[in-house]
Amino acid sequence: MSLPFDYVLLKTDLLFYILILAALGYAFYASRHEHLLTPWKQVVRRPLGMSAAVILTLYLVIAILDSIHFYPRLEGQDSNGGGEYATEIISAFDVLAAPLRKHQEKTYSAPFATHLYSKEVVNLPGGGTRRVYPRLQYGGAALDNPATQEEADILHRSLVGAGQALLAWAAAVLLLVVLRTRQQRVSLRRCAADMLAGRTDVPWRSLLATLAVVALLIGISINLCTAYHIFGTDKVGEDVFYQALKSIRTGVLIGTLTTLVMLPFAVALGIMAGYYRGWIDDAIQYIYTTLSSIPAVLLIAAAALLLQVYMAEHANDFTSLVVRADLRLLFLCLILGITSWTSLCRLLRGEVLKLREVEYVEAARAFGVSNPVILARHLLPNVMHIIMITVVLDFSGLVLAEAVLSYINIGVDPTMNSWGNMINSARFEMARDPIVWWSLASAFVFMLGLVLSANLFADAVRDAFDPRLRQEQAGW
Amino acid sequence: MIAYIIRRVLYAIPILIGVNVITFFLFFVVNSPDDMARMHLGHKYVTPAAVQNWKEEHGYNKPLFWNAGAQGMDKFTDTIFFDNSVRLFAFDFGQSDSGRDIGYDIHQRMWPSLAIAIPTLLIGLLINITFALLVAFFRATYIDVWGVIICVTMMSISGLFYIIGGQFLISKLLHLVPISGYDTGLNAAKFLVLPVLVGILSGIGNGTRWYRTIFLEESNKDYVRTARAKGLSERLIQYRHILRNALIPILTGVVVVLPMLFMGSLITESFFSIPGLGSYTIDAINRQDFAIVRSMVFLGSVLYIIGLILTDISYTLVDPRVRLES
Repeated sequence: MSLPFDYVLLKTDLLFYILILAALGYAFYASRHEHLLTPWKQVVRRPLGMSAAVILTLYLVIAILDSIHFYPRLEGQDSNGGGEYATEIISAFDVLAAPLRKHQEKTYSAPFATHLYSKEVVNLPGGGTRRVYPRLQYGGAALDNPATQEEADILHRSLVGAGQALLAWAAAVLLLVVLRTRQQRVSLRRCAADMLAGRTDVPWRSLLATLAVVALLIGISINLCTAYHIFGTDKVGEDVFYQALKSIRTGVLIGTLTTLVMLPFAVALGIMAGYYRGWIDDAIQYIYTTLSSIPAVLLIAAAALLLQVYMAEHANDFTSLVVRADLRLLFLCLILGITSWTSLCRLLRGEVLKLREVEYVEAARAFGVSNPVILARHLLPNVMHIIMITVVLDFSGLVLAEAVLSYINIGVDPTMNSWGNMINSARFEMARDPIVWWSLASAFVFMLGLVLSANLFADAVRDAFDPRLRQEQAGW
Repeated sequence: MIAYIIRRVLYAIPILIGVNVITFFLFFVVNSPDDMARMHLGHKYVTPAAVQNWKEEHGYNKPLFWNAGAQGMDKFTDTIFFDNSVRLFAFDFGQSDSGRDIGYDIHQRMWPSLAIAIPTLLIGLLINITFALLVAFFRATYIDVWGVIICVTMMSISGLFYIIGGQFLISKLLHLVPISGYDTGLNAAKFLVLPVLVGILSGIGNGTRWYRTIFLEESNKDYVRTARAKGLSERLIQYRHILRNALIPILTGVVVVLPMLFMGSLITESFFSIPGLGSYTIDAINRQDFAIVRSMVFLGSVLYIIGLILTDISYTLVDPRVRLES
């Protein structure tokens, strides 16, 4: 008896799981402490912030699905015998997106195309050859006569997808309205009218509107992507939509793991420097001034060069391309963490310098509470808002940094799906005639979706957590 | 004042030593000269003799820190650390791995970098402040709300897209200026227009939002309330009071980046093939020329520290309440 898959735990997967568990743990802890919950309740009231949160959740779900890796069992093996496993690592997301992954064409094809983007020589049945645009193997393969049938087919599939999406959405809305009606003991009509008019604490109207848009996009794209390449195919014929979706994990991981890596150092050193002062402060200040005075890009480049040398020397240790790319991703997160912890450390030091003079810290000292306990129980909770704001604000910057670094070849592994690599390859595609624009366009759309919603969410979090801004309630 | 500056410059020395030790450690200890030689000569079929030869050519065949076989001061000076790191303090960058004089190259390539960076900074500053004033003047109206949303959207777009989009639209479709390249003298202008334009555009989102926050913070202060109570017009308050006081954080923020302008922008210069220090660095990274990367790290740190010192000095110049004696 063997499992249908052989589970693999990549290093970045493990860290990502730890991060998610930590976030869940924090959510559980915060839900039982009123003072931690208050700012979050404010975040929840912001329409724009909540709409952004819906989209972020979608990205996060895809990233999580794409972080469960295993070797699939080769087909054609009996289920209870000792099956053979494939040598290629795939993820749970790959299983869901199997049609996208397997629909491989020969080379470039435009979005919704039924023919290749370049001419090929074909043998005519009656002898002789001609140069034509050959039909795609998968894109619109079900159509007999693409020129006349394609539009109708696309419209039909879109309508079916939209219908399914709206049905699911309507069911969710109905469930929500019924639940709220029972909870608040008002009439069904009153409850629905309140939500429609935006008279609720939680901005259900914008939340549900965003959800409707997201559902429509998902429904339509699922129905279309199995029959067409909705974002075209790239040079080796891989579906660009699939690449853009796979890049989500890279972007999300770089934005979150970097923070996870740098947070312990920044928090511990920053609080210690502010609290102990004296030579400890001097030493910590020296470390972070030195590190931050090295240009970040050059430090990253230096580290990336080192890793390349290391990998070239130890080429035999990496059994699979995925493992190799994974190590490089982890290393990039580490290096980005080293270059980005200094600003948080400096902020925390400044805040703790002020806090250590406050009465409750003095009282704790007078009671003979030991220094480590003061640091952990009295100072840390009171600088939490700075940490929270920095973490959320840094995320979008890191996603953008990945694209730039991959562009100058010091980012993630070239074999790894990432928006930076897509943009990098698009440089040559833009110079072709006629130009190949779809790789660039899809990287643009997917990146903008993640970064914009992260920025909007970060704004909501900052406004709720920053005590200086707390009095002036922003209206949107 | 002078005593303060001298003290700050002296503080900079241990930091630069730290930077040097870190880069030296990264480039020579973790990654030994043998590895470097093999990397440059190709990994397979490299004879030990070829490695020795390469190291000798580049002066990497000495001991790392301590030359036990030498006499007197040579024990310290005849080492890789002294040759490659200590000399940087005298801005003696030595030769690149491909044999060119790094100091000369930096001198040559500094000007194109500045030709892009200075106009981008100045015009960008002007535009950002204007937009921010406009948005702040209409605070808490739809203009403000949509202004901020547009800013957030603009800063959510990667700089790479601004460059690619600009090149495509202005050079390829409209044929207004060349896509990339550089020329000497005044002929350079037509090559500079697009990079400067793209640089300004990609900075608007971030800059406007940041300056708007400064203006709003300033407009919540007591002196603004006093001015309003006196019955001054809103426009007068905006220009005479808020703008002038807000210029303090804005200008000190600009001073920090001034020295870094020399380094140029890595991405812009490589996209537009401008022979500045940014593209110099990128080329070095891609060719794995460690000597150049090391020099640029040192130069970058020096400029960063100069920026910090200039910031402190500029605080005293624009705000007489700040004293530097402490």
